[in-house]
Amino acid sequence: MTAADGGGTTTLVVRVENKAGVLARVAGLFARRGFNIESLAVAPTDDERFSRLTIVVGVDAAPMEQVVKQLDKLVNVVDIRELNPAASVERELMMVTVRADPEIRGQILDLVRIFQATVLNVGYDEIMVSLTGSPSRVDDFEDLLRPYGIVDVQRTGKVALPKLVKAAPDPLAP
Amino acid sequence: MNMNGGQALMKALENEGVDILFGLPGGAILPVYDPLIDSSIRHVLVRHEQGAGHMAEGYAHATGRPGVAMVTSGPAATNIVTPLCDAYMDSIPMVVVTGQVPYAAIGTDAFQECDTTGITMSVTKHNYLVTEAADIPQVIHDAFYIATTGRPGPVLVDIPKDIVDPNNPRSAMEWYTPDSHDLPGYLPNQAGDAELIRQAAKLICEAERPVLYTGGGILKSRGAEALLELAEMTGIHVVTTLMNRGGFPDDHPLCLGMPGMHGNYTAVTAMQEADLLIALGARFDDRVTGKVGEFAPLAKIVHVDIDSAELGKVRRPDVAIQGDCRVVIEELVKALKEMGGSEAQPDRNQWRSRISGWQERFPLTYEQSKGDELLKPQYVLEQLRDSTPSDTIVASGVGQHQMWTSQYWKFNHPYTWVNSGGLGTMGFAIPAAIGAKAGRPDRMVWAVDGDGCFQMTAQELVTAATEGFPIKVALINNAYLGMVRQWQEMFYEERYSEVYLTRDVPDYKMWAEALGCVGLRVESPEEVGPAIAQANEINDQPVVVEFRCEAEENVFPMVPAGMSNSDVVVDPSQRDQPR
Repeated sequence: MTAADGGGTTTLVVRVENKAGVLARVAGLFARRGFNIESLAVAPTDDERFSRLTIVVGVDAAPMEQVVKQLDKLVNVVDIRELNPAASVERELMMVTVRADPEIRGQILDLVRIFQATVLNVGYDEIMVSLTGSPSRVDDFEDLLRPYGIVDVQRTGKVALPKLVKAAPDPLAP
Repeated sequence: MNMNGGQALMKALENEGVDILFGLPGGAILPVYDPLIDSSIRHVLVRHEQGAGHMAEGYAHATGRPGVAMVTSGPAATNIVTPLCDAYMDSIPMVVVTGQVPYAAIGTDAFQECDTTGITMSVTKHNYLVTEAADIPQVIHDAFYIATTGRPGPVLVDIPKDIVDPNNPRSAMEWYTPDSHDLPGYLPNQAGDAELIRQAAKLICEAERPVLYTGGGILKSRGAEALLELAEMTGIHVVTTLMNRGGFPDDHPLCLGMPGMHGNYTAVTAMQEADLLIALGARFDDRVTGKVGEFAPLAKIVHVDIDSAELGKVRRPDVAIQGDCRVVIEELVKALKEMGGSEAQPDRNQWRSRISGWQERFPLTYEQSKGDELLKPQYVLEQLRDSTPSDTIVASGVGQHQMWTSQYWKFNHPYTWVNSGGLGTMGFAIPAAIGAKAGRPDRMVWAVDGDGCFQMTAQELVTAATEGFPIKVALINNAYLGMVRQWQEMFYEERYSEVYLTRDVPDYKMWAEALGCVGLRVESPEEVGPAIAQANEINDQPVVVEFRCEAEENVFPMVPAGMSNSDVVVDPSQRDQPR
């Protein structure tokens, strides 16, 4: 199982002040406390004062409680949510260039169709495609493309939000 | 009011109540040294930037107010990294202002440029690179707030030259007085959870063998009085860690003194045998716990700390209370009173008699020197302790002399012990003593130093002499890096490697005199008292008293590194005693 499967990992969603050097503070803290980052995605939030970091941490590598508490001590860290993979929706984007001689291009396009991936660019003997999906689905797609010869691959690291409440409120409740 | 960034910096520091600044000017910070002339703040010109940092720390130790240092960029900034790390480890409130190359030059490898905020990120509670003159008042206001609230610590403010240089248009700004903090990620919490405090009180009322394990958080929270009330109401014994010496009076019958690697036998053993440890502002440091898995194996743990990351970091507590030590202790006292106060405490006579048995069998001890042997350092410290006022402030370096001072001094007042605990910074004593004297000019201040430590920061005695800080230095000269020598004796089969410093070079008496101090040399026990008395009389000059001490003296008790506290090695004369 790889990190992207969600096996042995926890996802931390960290809201930080959108200031210079904050990413270095977070990354530096992981390094000096001996915690390992599996993947990291950074983007501004709808409120321009803040950015959101989605950090996947190997749980075997670090006592998660210490990771969270030490992160929380950073002055620029506003709040931290720990997302259990089972209770959250996770997405990751992969762009990949694969060897695709004209006679086998059709096989690759079959996979693209099955996974509902997107063809981004086509060369004489290569093809570039992208897929957005759960990290495990992205893993599967990458595994299936590998035998054809992956020339270049770039994954964003996952982003996540908690799953929503399914049950409607009881209309009879006081 | 229109002003430039340099003037704004001085005004901002004045507004924070800064009365003294330890520093040394240089290129990038030069423009700030001009408005300094017109400021109410006193500047102390140090001889090395490390000294400025330790002086600020010593000032903070002795007064509880944040110490402030100001130095230039590049090598000055790197020279102050050690004090920053020291203050970070020991939670000392400190604000350090560093000069930086002009903003446009940052990242170009300019002369005396270094990545100061990058370098100090891991040794500060927080740091700032200020990019606009207009940000200076708010950043300084925030820096002092962060340094002094929550778990205190050092904050560094890096200031590019152009925003403080009156000849540069980027330094122009309009003064404003900040009245709030926009720090959405920083919300220090003071009060502990009431239900958890009740649970802690209940555990206390049930415990047969409780011990109050008190750390630096007592002094940081100004909680010594609250601790005294808690201890006296419950009759529970108190151990004071290296960072809390003075936080509970050594003369108090409930005081067991220092625990840990060189703690006294009773403090170490009482914690090992306890059924409840009430850890107040202490962090289960490896020098206290020994082998963690075998530390206080029978004890339930109540852990109170302002820093929630300390709760459960080393030992999983049964009750973890995040909050200010003083506030939580006061609430705990209230909760205990509601449960019946001292009446509700179980009969602990059996426990008390075990403790007094250990105290009788395993007091601190050493063998007095005989014939033409050199001085015993413990004797020197006993004499010094007995011939100075009880509220004397004592600063120490790091090593054997530090442990002997902590062991043999009687700390009966808070904020009288200034030392480098977490980082273990050799050379801390002299600059820290100067800072303490600057903060408490009414007090007698002694630095107890080793010969190894003394050689690291002795130049600051020039600062003491020229700036009018008549500190006194008791130099324990045993001609060795003594603690390392002790480890080589005990754990490396007496194979001594690079620990001998020589006995006579340098000539400490002459060196002291050259530095502007009175220099005295003491070689026999009968000279010790008179030399101390002479030093105590000198108030217009620093004094260095070199005590020529036995090289082979070891610090006992000792829990060898990595061993269980149950395996504490006592003084050779006590090894036949039943434990």
